[in-house]
Amino acid sequence: MRLKYVLNEVLVGLWRNVTMTVAMIITMAVSLTMLGASVLLYMQVDQMKNFYYGEIEVSIFLRTDVTDAQRQAIDSAISANPLVANKTYETREEALKRFQQLWKDSPEFVNSVGPNSLPESFRVKLKNPETYKTFTDQMTGMQGIQDIIDQRALLDKVFNIFNAIQVGALVVAGVMALAALLLVGNTIQVAAYSKRREVAVMKLVGASNWFIQAPFVLEAVVAGVIGALLGFIFLFFSKVVLLDNKLQALTNILTPIDNGNVWLMLPLLAGVGAVVSAVTAWITLRFYLKV
Amino acid sequence: MIQLENVTKTYPKASRPSLDDVSVGIEKGEFVFFIGPSGSGKSTIIKLLLHEVSPTQGKVMVNAKDVTSIRSWKIPHFRRSIGCVFQDFRLLPNRTAYENVAFALEVIGKTKAVSRRVVPEVLELVGLGGKEHRYPHELSGGEQQRVAVARAFVNRPLILLADEPTGNLDPDTSIEIMRLLDRINRTGTTVVMVTHDSNIVNQMRRRVIEIESGRIVRDQARGVYG
Repeated sequence: MRLKYVLNEVLVGLWRNVTMTVAMIITMAVSLTMLGASVLLYMQVDQMKNFYYGEIEVSIFLRTDVTDAQRQAIDSAISANPLVANKTYETREEALKRFQQLWKDSPEFVNSVGPNSLPESFRVKLKNPETYKTFTDQMTGMQGIQDIIDQRALLDKVFNIFNAIQVGALVVAGVMALAALLLVGNTIQVAAYSKRREVAVMKLVGASNWFIQAPFVLEAVVAGVIGALLGFIFLFFSKVVLLDNKLQALTNILTPIDNGNVWLMLPLLAGVGAVVSAVTAWITLRFYLKV
Repeated sequence: MIQLENVTKTYPKASRPSLDDVSVGIEKGEFVFFIGPSGSGKSTIIKLLLHEVSPTQGKVMVNAKDVTSIRSWKIPHFRRSIGCVFQDFRLLPNRTAYENVAFALEVIGKTKAVSRRVVPEVLELVGLGGKEHRYPHELSGGEQQRVAVARAFVNRPLILLADEPTGNLDPDTSIEIMRLLDRINRTGTTVVMVTHDSNIVNQMRRRVIEIESGRIVRDQARGVYG
């Protein structure tokens, strides 16, 4: 009977104050979506770092007027360097071929590049990509080198952008969470006010505190969980629509987001939504009901 | 049953204490009136007994328990041994007489089966047989107070506290309510009633404790209003 009573009170409570409930659910959903997106992005960046840093190469581009002796010296210097895992040499023709392959969709661009525009290069894979700086320092100053480019520096720029997006999503999540908290607090106050007579009688006849508080707390939890579900659905559809369809080209560069990771957001969002709502409601009641 | 030992209660920001070094003992089964002018501290006694407020100094013993030492989460349980009736009835307007009484039982964990058995019985006892399914607005003031008494008594408390229970009622109805409280008293329930209804006090001829400015000025068995 008590369970039925509590559940009934929860539904009645949510419905009595339906505009507030909807507002609470929406802010909760937006906040949790942002949180979910931010966590996904974090996992994604982590995964991409592992993936790309393993593939990373240092490219040593040679001057167009490099002599055979210089090339030979560079080659043996690389081979002798203990930081190097392996190296490949790319001629101008190979560079051009790769370039044509890479940009095959835009022939005008390809045609504008002649066989001599692209420099020959050594592609060096380091045992530990972190040692890039030391390696570069050792190589610079050798005759015939045009430029040394570490892909890691490029990737870092990309990752910085991702990190910025992630921080932005977290900030939005935080601000929305604050709004959601205030709404939860307010909704609970209104609910407690509209049931003040019942609460007074319950206190009078000695109903236990949890019994008085449970309907209000559960009301907030139900709203929080519904918000989390909506947030998850939104997140899932964004993933399917944006990454799997519209921006599929991007996912060739980005490593694909694992559906398992997206599903992982469901318990996370629901848990965060439920706990945050419950704690807020409980604290509000402590001040408001003084039970 | 009830023991106040040198109890002083000063509310925050109050210039003088509501109760000033009050000591009084009430035995099991007694019927006691607390009388005195408004603001004399009568209602503070009720609040102390319910542990709605704590004494500034002194000890409040109810049912051989020091009320102030009860842990806050156990207070609800403690209150189940005390029934309460107020001047303004405090019924739930959207529930019938039956539901009002049953609500009090069910929120302390009694099953519907228990209330089906107990509630009609207690409504019969307070003289509301046949009016179980009326809403408070369909009942007279006296009948509403009877519902409140039924709600206070349904759990068979050891103590019944009544805070000006006849304050909103006409003299004839008041006397009926007093008869009801008297009947409850005869079942062995200790009744503590705060009032300034001189008629009633004079008719009942029970123990009278008079309070003025927070001090007991008279404590008389079979007393009158004075």
